[in-house]
Amino acid sequence: MKLLSFLLIILIIFNFTNLNSEENNDKIKNKISKNIRCLICQGQSVYDSESDFAVSIKLIIDKKLDEGLNENEIYDFLKKQYGEWISYDPEFNKKTFILWILPILLFFIGGAIILRKFLVKKL
Amino acid sequence: MLAHQIGYYSLILGFFFSILIIPVSIKNFNNKNKVIDNKVFSISFFQFFFVLVSFSGLILSFVNSDFGNETVFNNSHTTKPLFYKISGTWGNHEGSLLLWLLVLTLFIFIFLIKSNSQPKKYRILTLLFQQVIIIGFFLFLLKTSNPFNYFFPVPKEGLGLNPILQDPALAIHPPILYLGYVGSSIIFSASLAAVVAKHISIVWAKHIKLWIFVSWIFLTFGIMLGSIWAYYELGWGGFWFWDPVENVSLMPWFCLTALLHCILVLEKRSILSSWTIILSIATFMLSMSGTFLVRSGILNSVHTFANDPERGIFILIFLFILILLSLVIFFVFHKENDQKIVKINWLSKEASILFNNWFLMYFLSVVLIGTVYPIFLEVLSSKKISVGPPFYYKLMIPFLIPFLFFMSIGPNLNWIKSEFKKIKIQIVLSFAVSLLISFIILNQIGFVGLINSILILVTFYLFFITIKDFFLKKYKNYSQIFSHFGFSLLILSILFNSILSSEKTINLKVGEEFSFRDETVIFESIESVKNKNYKSIVGNFKIKDKKNNFLQLKPELRIYNQPVIITSEADIKTTLYYDKFLVMNLVKDYEYFNVRYQVKPFMIWIWIATVILVIGGFLSLFQRPYEK
Amino acid sequence: MKNKIILSVLVLFFTFCFIVLYKGLNNSNIYVPETKIEKTLIKFNSTDLYSGNKISSDQIFIGSEYYVLNIWASWCIPCRAEHSKLIKLSENKSIKLIGLNYRDNPKNAKKFINEFGDPYFMIIKDNQGMISVDLGAIGVPETFIINKDKKIIKRFLGSLTEKSLNEINLITK
Repeated sequence: MKLLSFLLIILIIFNFTNLNSEENNDKIKNKISKNIRCLICQGQSVYDSESDFAVSIKLIIDKKLDEGLNENEIYDFLKKQYGEWISYDPEFNKKTFILWILPILLFFIGGAIILRKFLVKKL
Repeated sequence: MLAHQIGYYSLILGFFFSILIIPVSIKNFNNKNKVIDNKVFSISFFQFFFVLVSFSGLILSFVNSDFGNETVFNNSHTTKPLFYKISGTWGNHEGSLLLWLLVLTLFIFIFLIKSNSQPKKYRILTLLFQQVIIIGFFLFLLKTSNPFNYFFPVPKEGLGLNPILQDPALAIHPPILYLGYVGSSIIFSASLAAVVAKHISIVWAKHIKLWIFVSWIFLTFGIMLGSIWAYYELGWGGFWFWDPVENVSLMPWFCLTALLHCILVLEKRSILSSWTIILSIATFMLSMSGTFLVRSGILNSVHTFANDPERGIFILIFLFILILLSLVIFFVFHKENDQKIVKINWLSKEASILFNNWFLMYFLSVVLIGTVYPIFLEVLSSKKISVGPPFYYKLMIPFLIPFLFFMSIGPNLNWIKSEFKKIKIQIVLSFAVSLLISFIILNQIGFVGLINSILILVTFYLFFITIKDFFLKKYKNYSQIFSHFGFSLLILSILFNSILSSEKTINLKVGEEFSFRDETVIFESIESVKNKNYKSIVGNFKIKDKKNNFLQLKPELRIYNQPVIITSEADIKTTLYYDKFLVMNLVKDYEYFNVRYQVKPFMIWIWIATVILVIGGFLSLFQRPYEK
Repeated sequence: MKNKIILSVLVLFFTFCFIVLYKGLNNSNIYVPETKIEKTLIKFNSTDLYSGNKISSDQIFIGSEYYVLNIWASWCIPCRAEHSKLIKLSENKSIKLIGLNYRDNPKNAKKFINEFGDPYFMIIKDNQGMISVDLGAIGVPETFIINKDKKIIKRFLGSLTEKSLNEINLITK
């Protein structure tokens, strides 16, 4: 019963989408600029920074969106120009797989240790 | 000048006393008396007293603008308001370390006088371990970061304090945070001492619990203040940036929160002793690593201290000495005192606390690995990458769902064992209520993604279960109910805040206006105002809503005189439902301003929820241990 | 026995961390994107600062062995210090010195040139900073050496120095 209503809710949720396109464009733009790191004030994202570089990058994002590039293509473009460092979202590749896998691996190891506590036979 | 010298010589005297404690307490350790010698108390008091005098000396040098003192010269200015002259004392590397030292010496003194009921050997060992840390800090301070360097000729003017640090929240944020960090040092020393003195018991758990809760309260509150500061001062309306400096305060928090739950199991059932010790050690080690990462400048962050590799090397070596020391002590002295292996029933309070620890350790590992991985990668393969918000969201948000679920169920289980059948109908009912509420809400706001939807559901579940517990539960543990309720409120406000926030950025000239949703924002005029240590350009904005109600917002651009830095001060109108956030920025050729207008729902609730969370911790200090 | 193994593994692990962090301390924490040498320029369009005529990159990079492209702006303080070096550089006849005026007010830019002299063969405008991003530049001032195949062969971040002038002269000999 519980499960059923649960599935129901998910199904219904999936049927909603009501964002007008202009706002949608703004949202994507903000999202991208939050995920791009500023090269001048290196602790901040482009979104949070007002340096000239950040302002240019924001304009570039606008222009590329107008040209019809999607989010990922814009990240790729900026990474090509400035290196992988500029993206706050590290790729999954040979050099970063440990970054992505290790926490999850530790999670499972932790789970195994806890499981052992439950399974110990009574003496 | 006088204050400076008194400060300097008191610091040296303090150091002298901190060395003196060691032989005196070792002598005391070996004699047959049951109680600690009064001498130890007085030396420990003098140690604290002289650091206090030294700290006051530094404050006075700041107040008097004694620019012969290098720290004052670098961080103060005569035109700065008195309040920020004082807070400037700990707004820099040297002064903040002196504050660390002050709290360290204060806490060990409090520990000594408040632990009468504990065995003598344990108390003295704690003191000794704590002295190792204190002496380390003394050496660090005197050798690499002396706050009392005097130079001639004495300059007429100082360099000033970075304006973004001139903020009331930031004035009290560091002291509060340090109380949390340093509290964890007491837990560290005490648990090592308990291992050596074989004093890990229910009595010990009851006694150390107090320190854990106190540190947790300060740490949580300190993090919140930092976050409030970021929201008001850094501009742009964010309150958590996953910046390394923020992460390093979050890591000990995860660890301490895990410890806080774990100690309850030790107190109740006298199991998980090794794990408690590991967590106690790890919490302080993470606080220290945080200090290392922040002060050494190895990481790139918005909040930078003036850094110097020599300092980094010192902390690094000190950190690893402490790690090795605790490893050796743990492995040599610690014997699992309960040789019987205890089986834990999966449907019990201790099991849910284990789950809590499991997830908290996972969150900790995500933040830790995310923060240090770029350093490792760069050293090992000279490739530079950035790890930012998307990484943390991807790895953490899905795991929040089961975490919140266990958090709702756990407190309703019994110690040792619960019967599945006996799980009350109320628990199921609460789930139905939250299902209904989240359904209605999601219906209103539209599709927010599958994971967010489920997250809203389980957070509401926690929310309603804690409300149910508050009114209906037989044995009420108010501390737990408050903090779990606060946590659910926190997650809900963060979720709805991030989902429902909307904003518009636009370039405007004076006299222009723009419409956003059903409001109109009018840029009426600008005026310039002169203040003691800055000039400001104030923008007058009016926001007109559908019903023609007006709201006045006045964001500011401040041009500080010393150092010359332009900051933009947002103007924020806060109500219980939303914050309206307006900030303006200068565009290069001065003709128009870059204006960002944001509507952020439930912003105030993020702070209220955190305060409730802290109140929950606070209540635990007053409540008697509960039954069942 | 088991404890001893765990202890030594942990000690080894922490020693490893120590070494890495120790080495990390010596690395700079400032990121500078590496210059991709031999990168071909992306085509762009711009306008001339003085005449206001539209001009494409193909029309700019024509008729010389080497080009030096200097990004500058009138509001940029280091650019003032750099300007004397550029004037010196303009004596080198084997290069075409092109100024890319970055996000600037044309009036101020012209005033700047009137005041400090004009070393440039031509000045083109980059109102929005797009061309600079296409070049992979991060700020002002920044200077690129471009060869006749429209490839970037050298890049200087920040103000040019005496040393970088010599380097340019050596390369373009």
